[in-house]
Amino acid sequence: MTGNEIVTDVIIIGAGPVGLFAVFELGLVDLKCQVIDILDRPGGQCAELYPEKPIYDIPAFPEISGQGLTDNLMKQIAPFGAEFHFSQMVTNVEKLADGGYRVTTDADQTFVAKVIVVAAGGGSFQPKRPPVPGIEAYEGKSVFYAVRKMDEFRDQDVVIVGGGDSALDWTLSLEPIARSLTLVHRRDQFRGHADSVNKMRALVEEGRINFVMGQLGRLEGENGQISEVVLNTKAGEMGIPGTRLLPFFGLTMKLGPVADWGLELHENALIKVDTEKFETSAPGIFAIGDINWYPGKLKLILSGFHEAALMAQAAKRIVHPDEKVVFQYTTSSTKLQKKLGVA
Amino acid sequence: MQIIVTDQNGTVHELEALEGWRVMEVIRDWGLNIKAECGGSCACATCHVYVDEAWEDRLNPPTDEEEDMLDTVADVKENSRLSCQILMSDDLDGLKVTLAESARQDEEAA
Repeated sequence: MTGNEIVTDVIIIGAGPVGLFAVFELGLVDLKCQVIDILDRPGGQCAELYPEKPIYDIPAFPEISGQGLTDNLMKQIAPFGAEFHFSQMVTNVEKLADGGYRVTTDADQTFVAKVIVVAAGGGSFQPKRPPVPGIEAYEGKSVFYAVRKMDEFRDQDVVIVGGGDSALDWTLSLEPIARSLTLVHRRDQFRGHADSVNKMRALVEEGRINFVMGQLGRLEGENGQISEVVLNTKAGEMGIPGTRLLPFFGLTMKLGPVADWGLELHENALIKVDTEKFETSAPGIFAIGDINWYPGKLKLILSGFHEAALMAQAAKRIVHPDEKVVFQYTTSSTKLQKKLGVA
Repeated sequence: MQIIVTDQNGTVHELEALEGWRVMEVIRDWGLNIKAECGGSCACATCHVYVDEAWEDRLNPPTDEEEDMLDTVADVKENSRLSCQILMSDDLDGLKVTLAESARQDEEAA
């Protein structure tokens, strides 16, 4: 495990706007960061929930989209060379004898740092589980929320549920190798790309796949293996053969493993911090943005930015206890301007 | 002005509502079990409710955007709506809705 262990100054958990801006504030005080996020790209909620929605309350931006904000932040933090680790979830945080921490992800990557910044927003984005009784027992065996290995679906009776791009893309990709493929959606309109919708409809025309308008009802099967998917349709219950099920209902946020790291929580859902440093009950672990709580907390991006700035001052003192922290402005300090690559 | 909300456990709540508020905001403000994770921007479906039959036709019909978001829950019915897309007004005094399972704060993620 120590072979590929990454040693850094600060580990940031969450690459949403607040995690990204933390890279900036930490960079100004010469702290290097590694950023981990469960999504496959930066932006957090801004990228996953509302990339195209305008945001109106970012200072100096009368209107900016979630994606635009993310792109600008990535540009702003580029000089600091933070490294990103996407599609990974932090599963374990371990306190080390020297006061630092070791962080492990579900991709078995480990990191060691003196400071951890939890900027995990509403928690980690995880697939929505449809309310089908007993579905848990089939998960990972015959019910999957993502396609990791296409071979899992070869010569299987595949049932895909959903009306977005994931459902359509996998319908098109798995059709050639599946024994049979049924796409299930509640209505005859799809929100995926028009091109994918057309291709899917052509496959239905050619009789190569089935499309059923309906919703998931229940599953038949045993020992983790489904054998039949029972749908609720306008005409009543309808059973279709299915040995693999892929429900695609998007993602939802869940606090996840953060709850197990021994940090003091507020109402079991948010991490308690002080308002001077935004430090948690564990020294050296900070929490900023939507995931923290203190009296008067507002879940605003701009609050998270402020929290990042104050956190960085405190983090500096932990990582470099012997250095004097001099507060400087980017407008006047050539030192800061050099770090930003503009002087 | 009030709305009548049945929660996921079947308990009926009469909630004081304010003109111009989203029904989601009223439900959230009174502390019922609603996740509303996108905060009312029609970008998730975690404020999903079923509208009482008597009220269905008295609401503005859902936009395409709302229908698209309803695709992301698995417990949609004919009377499904996103409560963030219903604005309170005098006409809706007494509106009856039922919170869907998929609106739970502790909604199941896999």
